[in-house]
Amino acid sequence: MKPLRYHIRHDTRYSYDQPVGESHQLLRLAPRNLPWQKCVAHRIETDPEPVRRQRFFDSFGNAVDALHFEADHDFLAVRSESWVELYAPPFAAASECCNWEAARDALRYTAGKPLTRDLLEASAFLFESTNARLKRDFADYAAVCFVPGRPLLSAVDALMVKIFEEFTFDPEATEVSTPVAEVFANRRGVCQDFAHFMISCLRSLGIAARYVSGYLLTRPPAGKKRLIGADATHAWVSVFCPGLGWVDFDPTNAIRPQLEHIVVGWGRDFSDVSPMRGVLLGGGGHEPDIAVTVVPEDEFTELYTDADMPTLELRPTGS
Amino acid sequence: MPAGILDHYPFSPARYDEMFVARGIPRAHWEPFAARLEALPADALVQRSRFVADAIESDGVTYSVYADPKGLNRPWELDMLPQIISAEEWSVLSAAVAQRARLLNAMLADLYGRQCLLSEGLLPPALVFGQRGFKWPCMGTQPTGGHFLSLYAVDLARSPDGNWWAIADRTQAPSGTGYALQNRIVVSQAFPDAFRNLQVQKIADFFRGLQNALVRMAPTDGETPLAVLLTPGPYNETYFEHAFLARYLGFPLVEGQDLTVRDDTVYLKTLRGLRRVHAILRRLDDDFCDPLELRADSALGVAGLVGAVRAGKVLVANALGSGVLESAALFGFLPGICERLLGEPLAMPSVATWWCGEKPALEHVLENLDELVIKPAYSGMNRQTVFGHQVKGKARDELVASIKAQPHAYVGQEWVRLSQAPVWTGNAEQPLTTRSVGLRLFAAAAPDGYTVMPGALTRVAPSAGVEVITMQRGGLSKDTWVQSDAPTQRSSLLKERLGVIDLLYNSGDIPSRLGENLFWMGRHSERVESSARVLRAALTRVAGGTDDIGDELSGLLIAANRLGALNEDEDADAAPSLEARLLGAVTDLAQPGSVAANLRALAMNANHVRERLSSDNWHVLNRLETVLKPSPATLDQAIGALDQVMLNCISLAGFAMDDMTRDEGWVFLILGRRIERLASISALVSVVLQADPDQRDNMLEWLLEAGNSIVTYRSRYRRVPELLPVIHLLVFDTANPHSVAMQVHALKRYLARSAQDLGHPMPPQIAGLERRIGRFDLTAFEAEHCDAACARLASLLNDAENTAYVLSDDVHHRFFIHTVERSRLRSVA
Repeated sequence: MKPLRYHIRHDTRYSYDQPVGESHQLLRLAPRNLPWQKCVAHRIETDPEPVRRQRFFDSFGNAVDALHFEADHDFLAVRSESWVELYAPPFAAASECCNWEAARDALRYTAGKPLTRDLLEASAFLFESTNARLKRDFADYAAVCFVPGRPLLSAVDALMVKIFEEFTFDPEATEVSTPVAEVFANRRGVCQDFAHFMISCLRSLGIAARYVSGYLLTRPPAGKKRLIGADATHAWVSVFCPGLGWVDFDPTNAIRPQLEHIVVGWGRDFSDVSPMRGVLLGGGGHEPDIAVTVVPEDEFTELYTDADMPTLELRPTGS
Repeated sequence: MPAGILDHYPFSPARYDEMFVARGIPRAHWEPFAARLEALPADALVQRSRFVADAIESDGVTYSVYADPKGLNRPWELDMLPQIISAEEWSVLSAAVAQRARLLNAMLADLYGRQCLLSEGLLPPALVFGQRGFKWPCMGTQPTGGHFLSLYAVDLARSPDGNWWAIADRTQAPSGTGYALQNRIVVSQAFPDAFRNLQVQKIADFFRGLQNALVRMAPTDGETPLAVLLTPGPYNETYFEHAFLARYLGFPLVEGQDLTVRDDTVYLKTLRGLRRVHAILRRLDDDFCDPLELRADSALGVAGLVGAVRAGKVLVANALGSGVLESAALFGFLPGICERLLGEPLAMPSVATWWCGEKPALEHVLENLDELVIKPAYSGMNRQTVFGHQVKGKARDELVASIKAQPHAYVGQEWVRLSQAPVWTGNAEQPLTTRSVGLRLFAAAAPDGYTVMPGALTRVAPSAGVEVITMQRGGLSKDTWVQSDAPTQRSSLLKERLGVIDLLYNSGDIPSRLGENLFWMGRHSERVESSARVLRAALTRVAGGTDDIGDELSGLLIAANRLGALNEDEDADAAPSLEARLLGAVTDLAQPGSVAANLRALAMNANHVRERLSSDNWHVLNRLETVLKPSPATLDQAIGALDQVMLNCISLAGFAMDDMTRDEGWVFLILGRRIERLASISALVSVVLQADPDQRDNMLEWLLEAGNSIVTYRSRYRRVPELLPVIHLLVFDTANPHSVAMQVHALKRYLARSAQDLGHPMPPQIAGLERRIGRFDLTAFEAEHCDAACARLASLLNDAENTAYVLSDDVHHRFFIHTVERSRLRSVA
């Protein structure tokens, strides 16, 4: 099967009140390679140029670019560009998986019982983390979907739909730091909040769930053209199903990601995979301007005119 | 006091007593000390207790100064009676503690490495991944030298049967070694003869061992390793200990902002440039060590430190992430883990502990609540320790409910009835009383495992009948004497106190932060003084009754505004009255350039260089802080306050010249003073020169006042101020300490000195300024119309003011933050 090919441009620009003398930045912007996703080209350009730059992989396997600036600057512009090929991920039907109690019990500690590698890995996503809480309220909310004996994927699917239907997408309602309990109380938020809430529900039930950060192909309104910078970063949830592995769910759109979700990285929650995290000496903190553009290969030349044509060349891929 | 004071001791047979085996009968290893106590005349004991109190108080001066600027000081109380441990008991205890240190070290290596403890089911993942103390960014890092724990502490309690139990592990940044050392210094002097006769083991070697271990294990590229002690700063409750320990170990005491990470290598910012740091003994908890990869909102840490550890370029002691073991929930799993990792049985039992995350344990805890102590499962959780039997009624229901709601967050621990020890009361009726005690023991990494300090911090409950011992709530401590089988070598503690170590902190390692705070102390004290002078001149004229703002006053207001002391005249209708604006310029903390705001900034700078200031100097700073309290409400009160401000500022200026060691740091204080004075006097004179020609003469009187030169002028010229002599005095006269020329000369001299000392090129601006002042033709001011000359000089002075700021930026970048200024980059491009 021929893969779908996307170009992603993710621009971030910080403007500072006062010159910044020194700055450390950690960027998690490079899409991961997965059995069904291949990052065929990726580049990060910054203005100004850092004095040093190096790449390492964090404990969850995400690529991190560490940049260091040592000269006064009033702004920092970061452009990340990628070409990604997507094949359809294997679609796990509910009938293929165990019931949700079995999924929970597989991760329960019993003294002396060995943990297989994948269960050990999944255990990392079972507890509280910076943005995800374990609460009885959350478990109670999800209980209606997790009826006894229900297959895990079917129960998670129901929870995803429930959140999608009962929560309102509202960019004004929350900030990055809004606690998940407040999101629950107001039933409002953005993709990040929905993901954190769904993760909190699942973990409160004893199900391992991780936070996935990435991009989503959006469709311009009918009759309108695709615009540069009209997209945003996206976040969804991945659930561990013993025997099958990790299966993704997008509560913001009530869909199982297929050919339009591009994975950048994952962690316990947003704070593990924040696209840019930095520490400045001097300057004044401001929210950055962010512009994301995801475009399928066949619309690429139509979207980008010569003037703002991305410079990133496609590497030969062999396919 | 009656003879036989031991007979009056309230011995309780229900508990283990450290000193007595039965009423009036001391334990064998206590006998010599007991005999000594009995033999001493009553007044000699009182004298000794006074000696101990005095010694602590004289050190306590430092302690209280550092501990809490708000005055909520916690006194460090030291009982004069030591805790004594027999050689026999010690050999068991120390071997067990050394083993426990080895075990916990091996656990950290496993948890941040292969995680076989988890995959083999020896430890629940909840106690690792469920803890905030587990630091994901540290996963996979192995410290150079293999020691996650360089310094480890364990709290022990003794049950009525005489056995010791571990009740808490301190694995990230254990405190107490410095206090143990200080207690030893004081108590060994209070009972020198008993100390000698009891063959008490020395603890100084332990510190030498720790020092060696850090230096030896630190990664280097062949150079001599530099180790530093990283403190959260003077506001931390144990800052006294950080400073004390740093001096004792010979490590520079640094805060996060003193360090910078470049190219995965840690550097200390010193006035001489960046110096590589190879080892960091930290007193900062994991969370706060690196805002880049750990807690982002921490301002205390070093951005990039985790990266430097990952790259193997620095030894952090203890390793980042080691706080994960500070959880009592682990206790029940240690015996199995010890067998697995060390292949030997666990020597010291932990107090019986049930982690409620396991169902049978939860049931046990709920059924036996009265017999248990309920604690948070993870360190850093905001929950108190509670005794089950003390919780009744509704509170008990709530406790049970919260345990049931989050069982994994709680442990139940057997309630150990702590052992008792005699404490000196000073009360003639009953000189000795009894208190609960516990031990904190310390182990340091050594080439072949761990060395245990032959001594301890004996912690004493704050009052009789209290079972929780925590130093944070104010507590008493004891020196701990560990007896030796063989006579101990006499080594003088005094010599160790004042050894080479003090000399190691040489001038080359003066942290940049110190220079920066001295520099800003200089700038702020000058700024306070100059704005006080201008505001005082304005206030006296307003108080003198001029209702309308005449030429004279309007010039003054422009000057005050130029110095940043007075806000712009806002919208005329809404604007507050002139009187209110002037009062605000003195007292309003929210107004950035006000006298009050500058005083506060000055106090902050001074606080950071506290150890460099004499007590006289400090008294003046304290007075300055109180001058505006209560806030002056009337013009007269404000004038009075400003008089006080000026007077104290003059004292500070005197101390700067006469009361401080003139090292590399001091130069920055003087540079700060001169730079600020150059900027302010240049600005003031240029305000007058740029004024309307008919108004100029009216402004000369206040200009002389503000320039602190009115007395000189009067004694020299004995006539009303005229433009030429005033200009000469304030700008060109190199004999006037307040003139522009004098500041330029002084700056040239001190910059030349720092260029020589610290090896940097001389900033070119200052010589250019000096040349222009030297060449300026003053005869132009003899003419009747000297507007052109005024404009020329005003332009020169504006340049002088700018030069002051350029020099300040240059000093800032070159010496304090060690980064590149943009202007310099541009000139290269």
